[in-house]
Amino acid sequence: MIKPHGPDSLLILIPAYNEEGAVAGVVRGVRAVVPNIQVLVADDCSLDATRDLAIAAGARVLSLPHHLGLGGCVQAGYKMAYDLGFQYVIRVDGDGQHDPKFIPQIFEALKSSNCQMVIGSRFINGEGEHTSFMRGLGILFFRSVLWLIMEHPVHDPTSGFVGVNREALAVFSKSFPLEYPEIEALVVLQRRAFRFVEVPVVMRKRAAGKSSITKLKSVYYILHVLLGVFVNILKFEGRRRRR
Amino acid sequence: MDRLLLVMTGTSVALIGIILFSIRRAHIRVEYSVSWLGAAVSLLLLSRSHWLMVHLAAAVGISYPPLAILLVVLSLFLIVLYRFSMVISDLKDSNIALAQKLAIVEFQVQSIHEERQKTSS
Repeated sequence: MIKPHGPDSLLILIPAYNEEGAVAGVVRGVRAVVPNIQVLVADDCSLDATRDLAIAAGARVLSLPHHLGLGGCVQAGYKMAYDLGFQYVIRVDGDGQHDPKFIPQIFEALKSSNCQMVIGSRFINGEGEHTSFMRGLGILFFRSVLWLIMEHPVHDPTSGFVGVNREALAVFSKSFPLEYPEIEALVVLQRRAFRFVEVPVVMRKRAAGKSSITKLKSVYYILHVLLGVFVNILKFEGRRRRR
Repeated sequence: MDRLLLVMTGTSVALIGIILFSIRRAHIRVEYSVSWLGAAVSLLLLSRSHWLMVHLAAAVGISYPPLAILLVVLSLFLIVLYRFSMVISDLKDSNIALAQKLAIVEFQVQSIHEERQKTSS
């Protein structure tokens, strides 16, 4: 049974869809770095052996009954963590791009920074495996858009290597973007005057599989995220709190 | 013009018939048939009432009155489509929430089973 232990209870959430080539390595990597921390793989109804391999590697698996997409999958994990009473959740993608050795830095920043979200950013130190030229352009574009909205820079707005505290969990368990959630999630938090901080991480190449964002889909991605950002600015309910 | 109006009348009657048949066969729920029936009845009334059609055309500045009916039909069906987009979005949200809840409950039931097995062995 997954249960929060102590006042700084942390859950590592690994969303995965058809990641049989990578998920076991990710789970083992996380368990090697933070052996006493509970690991939950949210399996988005994979068609391959993701679920079985994650269990074999020592993770608990939350199995979605049908494919919801990344946002729905991550939100399911957030909802469960929130319901169970966890104080912090760190998301590590199931494709092996996120190096678990940075989990302690993100966790430390979550506890000490007084921010609701900590983003593992690959662009602060400029080390390690980056991204393709086109994706780099996209990131640059969204950086500029978010700079205008957030009023301060976000170096790596598409990073999924993020940690959230219980305040953010409360928000995300009710409202979380379904597709391509990273950028919209920042706007969701900003509309509630929550804060975030970035810590430097090094990203690796995918251990297996392919990115779901193809060249054609990247145009859809940009339009979808832009619309999502705009909608999130408009739909904020209640009074914005300044901190 | 008369032939066009007859076609519109026939179309609206056929639409009303299809919707009522679908309700009877439970292919469409009553609450979702109201929009379609409203659109079909409006089309029927406009195509059979010369006075209404002429006044409507004058009001929107159209010189050929049957075009006014087409404009109304288009607007009505756009409203119906918009309403159904809302219904679909609502259903998708409910479906996602249910799927997440089901996954969480299944996980908890499985955990309880495992704990019981541990304590009994």
